[in-house]
Amino acid sequence: MKKSDLLEPIAGNGLLHRRLFLKSSVAAMGAAGLQFITAKVATAAPLEVPAWMQTPGTGMSGYGARSRHEEHIQRSFGSLPGTVGVGSSRTPLEHLEGIITPGALHFERHHNGIPDIAPLEHQLLIHGLVDRPLMFDLESLTRYPMVSRIHFLECSGNSGANNAPKPPQLPASSIHGLVSCSEWTGVPLAVLLDEAGVQSEGSWILAEGSDAAAMSRSIPMAKVRDDAIVAIYQNGEHLRPANGYPMRLFLPGWEGNMSVKWLRRIQVTSGPTMTKDETSKYSDLMPDGRSKLFTFPMEVKSLITSPSGTNAMQGAGLYQLSGIAWSGLGRIRRVEVSADDGRTWAEAALTDPVLPRAFTRFRLPWRWDGGPAVLQSRAIDETGAVQPTRTVLLGERGVNYRYHYNAIQSWAVSETGEVSNVYS
Amino acid sequence: MSIVSRIVWIYIALLACPAFAQEGPELGVAVTADQIASWAISVQPDGTGLPAGSGNAAAGAEVYAMKCLACHGSEGAGGLNDRLVGGHGTISSDTPVRTIGSYWPYATTVFDYIRRAMPLMQPQSLSNDETYAVTAYLLELNGIINEGDVMDAETVPNVEMPNAGNFIWIYSEK
Repeated sequence: MKKSDLLEPIAGNGLLHRRLFLKSSVAAMGAAGLQFITAKVATAAPLEVPAWMQTPGTGMSGYGARSRHEEHIQRSFGSLPGTVGVGSSRTPLEHLEGIITPGALHFERHHNGIPDIAPLEHQLLIHGLVDRPLMFDLESLTRYPMVSRIHFLECSGNSGANNAPKPPQLPASSIHGLVSCSEWTGVPLAVLLDEAGVQSEGSWILAEGSDAAAMSRSIPMAKVRDDAIVAIYQNGEHLRPANGYPMRLFLPGWEGNMSVKWLRRIQVTSGPTMTKDETSKYSDLMPDGRSKLFTFPMEVKSLITSPSGTNAMQGAGLYQLSGIAWSGLGRIRRVEVSADDGRTWAEAALTDPVLPRAFTRFRLPWRWDGGPAVLQSRAIDETGAVQPTRTVLLGERGVNYRYHYNAIQSWAVSETGEVSNVYS
Repeated sequence: MSIVSRIVWIYIALLACPAFAQEGPELGVAVTADQIASWAISVQPDGTGLPAGSGNAAAGAEVYAMKCLACHGSEGAGGLNDRLVGGHGTISSDTPVRTIGSYWPYATTVFDYIRRAMPLMQPQSLSNDETYAVTAYLLELNGIINEGDVMDAETVPNVEMPNAGNFIWIYSEK
């Protein structure tokens, strides 16, 4: 491809080639190639020496805090009437970049508050269909061989707001913020189960939390053997209380509710326990009145986070579209972006690392001409699964399915630069 | 054994290992069934895990009035929090009302969930008799059992829930 071709739109409404922002491409084209980026005119006044260079800064601290100028970046949250800890908080996706969610901004979903667990008193019981029922404490678990994995965690109710008949006019986080991505470190659960000796009929487990809801879910033994972790660390530090301190189950790629926090008990069973949170909740109601049980993996999904709902564009010109893609079934293979409501698509650049069952950051240059546009992203994972349109998804599932919403998100950009949520 | 065949055998052994085949330091501490009993609160659909004790709807109504009504409303509906009663026949409509009676597939789950999580402000505070009684009351309000029926470890697993046949397992063990 000739370098000058990078400046020609490769899909409708101003989408440019994903290689435009690569260093080598820009250098080869020279400044002349980027003339459409109009520099702001500097004022004539002499440059001032900033105040923070003229006095010593503050000192060190034992545990760092972010800039006070960023303190307005917050999770949004709500609890059921009459409660403070039965609800969720949402990651401010539109304010974050890269793929790692800071622990303090990881989404939360609690069923009766965050327990204040004394780590030395916490114990993990493994019993049921095992040869030797065993107890483990935190100190002993830290002596086991550990693994570290970067994975997303997504509540299966995430994005359910887009089931509503009219598109909610909310920021991306309020619609899609029940997903986050961290490095999780812990002990493979299979090692602990092998120590207890799983009996031949033990084909499922029941995992239970040490919270006031004693939240519990059933998990097939095959998943446990495949990649289940008793996680102790998140992004290098001990789990935060809101994320399961001092230990939680972590099931890569599966609906978040199953990665039971504050893990205190594993019972090996011969079948699912049919808990409240796998029958009356987290089951998927179809239009014919039947419901699906055990729809575990979170399927391929993406959204553009910049720009996104309730944002305002800063005038016509060159922008970098940025977003996240993920799949509970493996790696993201490809993300395509449209600026003309899905009529034409351009392939986005995927930012390394591209890891299985993790956020993948995608980016694409876009020259906005100031006219109306509808921005969309469409992810494809390594199994070949393609993110569906909302019309297709709801056509298959109806609007009362409630969970596992993974349709393409459409953001409309108006001529005045307002970004809004639309159904394509 | 030649070096080559030794390498081949090691390779085969590695291939045979599951993803997490590792040795641990074996620090688990043995526990007895008596120790486990107070923690083992889950109930299987076949009734495994149900404790001794019993209760009927009349006794359950008294417990409900004291400990449940404020959040869930009179007779299991109209409160601030989850509706527990009614909604029969709505599940395949455009506006399904998912309650214990209209939606839940297993009565064992009702006992299990009340025992582990309710009342919200004092979880695990009800006696086994009280838990059986509230279970009976909610099933009776939903028209699933009769007024005098006693709920206990024998009867709860045998309660036929109206919507039980409408659940499809998606996950399957290959």
